[in-house]
Amino acid sequence: MYGGGYIPKEETRKTVVNDDPDMLAAFEARVARGEKVEPRDWMPTEYRRQLIRMIEQHAHSEIIGALPEGTWITRAPGFRRKLALMAKVQDEVGHAQLLYSAAETLGKPREAMINDLINGKSKYSNVFNYPAKTWADVAVIGFLIDAAAIVNQVANSKGSYGPYCRALERICYEESFHLKQGHSVFVYLATGTPLQRSMLQDALNRWWKPIMHFFGPSDEMSEHTLTLMRWKVKMATNDDMRQQFLSLYVPKIQELGLSLPDAELRKDADSGKWLFGDPDWAEFFAVIRGNGPCNAERLAVRKAAEVNGAWVRKALQQADARYVTPLA
Amino acid sequence: MSVEIQSLDPRVNRLGLHTHEPGSPDTLPPHDHWGTYQVFHQKKRGDRHTAVGIVHAPGPELAMAYAKEQFGRRGETANLWVVDTRHVMALDYIDQDMFATTPEKTYRDPGGYKVNDKIDAYREKMSHEHTP
Ligand SMILES: [Fe+2]
Ligand SMILES: [Fe+2]
Repeated sequence: MYGGGYIPKEETRKTVVNDDPDMLAAFEARVARGEKVEPRDWMPTEYRRQLIRMIEQHAHSEIIGALPEGTWITRAPGFRRKLALMAKVQDEVGHAQLLYSAAETLGKPREAMINDLINGKSKYSNVFNYPAKTWADVAVIGFLIDAAAIVNQVANSKGSYGPYCRALERICYEESFHLKQGHSVFVYLATGTPLQRSMLQDALNRWWKPIMHFFGPSDEMSEHTLTLMRWKVKMATNDDMRQQFLSLYVPKIQELGLSLPDAELRKDADSGKWLFGDPDWAEFFAVIRGNGPCNAERLAVRKAAEVNGAWVRKALQQADARYVTPLA
Repeated sequence: MSVEIQSLDPRVNRLGLHTHEPGSPDTLPPHDHWGTYQVFHQKKRGDRHTAVGIVHAPGPELAMAYAKEQFGRRGETANLWVVDTRHVMALDYIDQDMFATTPEKTYRDPGGYKVNDKIDAYREKMSHEHTP
């Protein structure tokens, strides 16, 4: 899952570092030629800093994203569904590991990233602060949230930083399995008994708002945003990704006769753009600030996993082991 | 003040977790997640091993166990290698220019030896000399 196009603004902006203009020009020429940037290349200070934030938050989103669905493994209806959900949740944790290692190549150790996560300093995708109340939530998450994540991750996989692109290439393959299995659960419920159908409709109604929030509010077209796009750190605007998602998936929801809880949602024939009602950005920002229904639980579970595992990691520690930044 | 978390997940409730207390950060010490191993994956017998990524592990045996989970859990796998990242010596990309002229060294390539023009010209010449 779950880049989520949206990287929250920093509360305190660090001082701007002035990089060597010749090195900067050579770097920008390399990116413009479509060449990848590799870990030990020279890179602008701000490029490194933004990539660490972005990849780290993506990794946190994967590992936290495993929690709402992980809840349902013990209660999955049937052996095959249980196997599929276990495989998917394991993939998400694996995605976190792949992404943490991509961020590590930029110089931030994994322990430091986990510390920032469990102490609430670093964010993750907002959707995972909502609860998965029924089995139909698993269908909506697996189908639609993974679909939204694919839109974001396919865009990012064409970015400029080699290790991130390589991780995303592998991740996107596994995401297509997530989407297919989610769609399968979704279709079974939609074409099942009236009770199953109404359970799915209820889940869809509850998740639609967080789904519309997934890519974040419209980008400010600031100098900063334009620089990140020129450096191929940000590959598409939040609005473009949301439009792409709506075009691909609203028809797949509607073909099953399900409705979406937004009376204004429609495709404008002239512009070809999707129009929609106010997705309640106030709620979005409130959840980011920590006031969503599950923020406290997600962090407490993550923290317990780290704290409860500490003695095992310590017992296995070898005296001569030493950490070096991974190569790629 | 901390409050016990009431979850929809019975397993979370059994853990008896409490909300995060502000001002008491828990911190993993440096190196808590061990060192890293580079993983090389061979898809089929006869293929080359390819670098696929890293795992964190305290030693090679556990690195191999993690590598199997992370890089061998779907699709085909014939074999895996794990190598402590400290034991890999790598060039810096800044030195990439040492290879810049290598593709120009056509005297090392089979394509650097084209003689068909000469043969054709010779045959052409001979055919003129021998026809009256
Ligand atoms: Fe994922
Ligand atoms: Fe996924």
